[in-house]
Amino acid sequence: MEKTKKIYNKFQSILLSVSQWIGSLTDTQLLMTITIFIFFAMYLVAMATLGGGFLHAQQVFDMLNDNASLIIVSCGLTIVMIGGGIDISVGAVTSLVVMSCVLYLNNGGSLVGSILLALGIGLAFGLVHGFLISYLEIQPFIVTLAGMFFARGMTTILSVNPQKAAHEGLAKLRDTKIVIPWLGYVAKNGNLVPARVEIGVVVALLCLIVVFILLRYLRLGRNFYAMGGNQQSALMLGINVKRTRFLSYLISGLLSGISGYVFMMHTGAGNATNAAGMEMNAIASSIIGGTLLTGGVGNVAGTFFGTMTLTTIKKIVVASGLNDPWWQSITTGGMLCFFILLQSVVLGKRAKKKAL
Amino acid sequence: MKKNTKSFFQGGLGQLTIPLIAIALLVLFNLIRDPGFFEIGITHNNDGNIVLAGNLISIINGASELAILAMGMTLVTAACGGQDISVGAAAAIAGSTFVKILKSAPEINGGIVVLAFLCACIVAMLFGAFNGTLVAVFKIQPMIATLILYTCGRSIAYWINGGATPTISSPIISALGSFIPGIPVPTPVLIVVCVTILFKLLFHFTSLEIFTQSVGINQSAARLNGINATFIKLLSFIILGVCVAIAGSIGVSRLGLINHETLLIDVEMDTILAVAIGGNSLGGGKFKISGSIIGAYVIQMLTTTLYAMKVSSTDVKAYKAIVIVLLVVIGSPVIKAKFGKLMEKVRGRMQESAAKGA
Repeated sequence: MEKTKKIYNKFQSILLSVSQWIGSLTDTQLLMTITIFIFFAMYLVAMATLGGGFLHAQQVFDMLNDNASLIIVSCGLTIVMIGGGIDISVGAVTSLVVMSCVLYLNNGGSLVGSILLALGIGLAFGLVHGFLISYLEIQPFIVTLAGMFFARGMTTILSVNPQKAAHEGLAKLRDTKIVIPWLGYVAKNGNLVPARVEIGVVVALLCLIVVFILLRYLRLGRNFYAMGGNQQSALMLGINVKRTRFLSYLISGLLSGISGYVFMMHTGAGNATNAAGMEMNAIASSIIGGTLLTGGVGNVAGTFFGTMTLTTIKKIVVASGLNDPWWQSITTGGMLCFFILLQSVVLGKRAKKKAL
Repeated sequence: MKKNTKSFFQGGLGQLTIPLIAIALLVLFNLIRDPGFFEIGITHNNDGNIVLAGNLISIINGASELAILAMGMTLVTAACGGQDISVGAAAAIAGSTFVKILKSAPEINGGIVVLAFLCACIVAMLFGAFNGTLVAVFKIQPMIATLILYTCGRSIAYWINGGATPTISSPIISALGSFIPGIPVPTPVLIVVCVTILFKLLFHFTSLEIFTQSVGINQSAARLNGINATFIKLLSFIILGVCVAIAGSIGVSRLGLINHETLLIDVEMDTILAVAIGGNSLGGGKFKISGSIIGAYVIQMLTTTLYAMKVSSTDVKAYKAIVIVLLVVIGSPVIKAKFGKLMEKVRGRMQESAAKGA
């Protein structure tokens, strides 16, 4: 009897400490924690019920390989969204970068030149967007919408037909895979299949770390939060709001350029429909990761898990045999709905508690 | 009278200045490029009806869906301070429902078409209510809330269609999509006129316009004045749902088939653009439906002009983007303020010189 009481007391104290811990978290951290928790829970359930590919580490690496460019783009979008803006041109810029780099390489360009071209295109879009939005005070949605139209249109002006890259250096770059020791698995025929990731994933993770440090420890990063949280207060604190906003779009543009290059390294071909709908996927990733479109709240680590959660849902739908083409996006939409409602309810409850 | 005209020219047309200037510039450009661009011809169509034809007619006809959606979107924008990006997807769902009902009927007659349209309306209103609930009750930003339907809407339409692109052929449907026998004006244009009149009547006989504006300007102040802000927001989304159903049905009737991928593709972006070009603030508050309608025709005229200049349909977007940026730059507050200062300076100089001369 006493033993059960003891256990009960211990359980209660654990619960109390957990609730205290949750209470001590900021909104950003709480939303991110929920996402990470759901991601792992979902993945574990998939491992237990579906087995198959989910039991191999390569599944995770495949998800990373396929989504390296999405992760990079989402990082940039997270910065913009934390600053209280929106950038819907990222997918189109990615597509434009892929197409122009492929054409440049096919017409005798060098690898270094193509990298510079990619960064240049990204920066140019970022510059124009940033200037129009922060210095001319035009609504970000309209400006980046025009940017999206322009990039998509330019892509088809460059070439309507799919272009395959025929550059040796790029082919080498594409086929270079980093083998991760210990995480391979033995296939049915007895061969050891090593776990491999592409260079793009390394680039993506590097971007992720840089953006994480920027947002967490650098003054510019903190300024983004201040600006997104309350522009008026930020202005009174002596933050140069216009320049900060300009820089947020510049960084987003630059990351779209990098993302385009990574996309090209993954597919090796330019196509007008490349990265179609990527902007909405990136926004969805940021939201699932706990970034609010109103600004001031968000975390790039959460964004990473947001991307992974989105991909995992799609993989689970395919693995569980729902082969009709519509199920993937319907489940994605349902999941998105769930996350959005969850955030709304959780944040609403916390706000009420604080008010009391 | 003189005073009126003077103040009219001094104050300008308010928010309608930019869209009207845009239309004037486009008309001028087209007239210089090809004086016969706006000629209206009278021809016989395949059924032997006398119909109007020409670029002007195709512009007015082609912008019908956009204009209808822009009217609904203006309300949502004004009330919620955000935009619905799911209108294209919702229109696909409404179109699918429309076709599904028509397909299940043994023969297509007027009653069935009305029934199918009503069903499409109800479905679109339900989805509008879903979006509206997320926005009004759960206080989620409109763009995020409608992202859900944007992601899965076209797939739901595909699911309703049963993985196919069903076609319908009936004289009633083709009359809805192109011409009613005996009337030389395209039917979609007539529908736009009807919807506009309905909106006018709605604003005339109810306080919806002023309620919407006050909710958009300051929600808590509106609530303190006894306006149910939640209901107004929800209502704006439901009205947009009706517009979506009308636009979807027109889109289906035009082609006589429903393709979930291509029906009104990218229309959400064009719609928001129409609202913005019409001079309405995307942050909510004051609005003018007429601005959005003119905005829709600006966009369609631009597209048609580009097509007439032999720009391929995929490349149109790039040129459209340039014009859009030019328009919004002219309309941006900073440029307007600078221009205003410049005008004052010029006026001041003129007065000085006039004083000197005297």
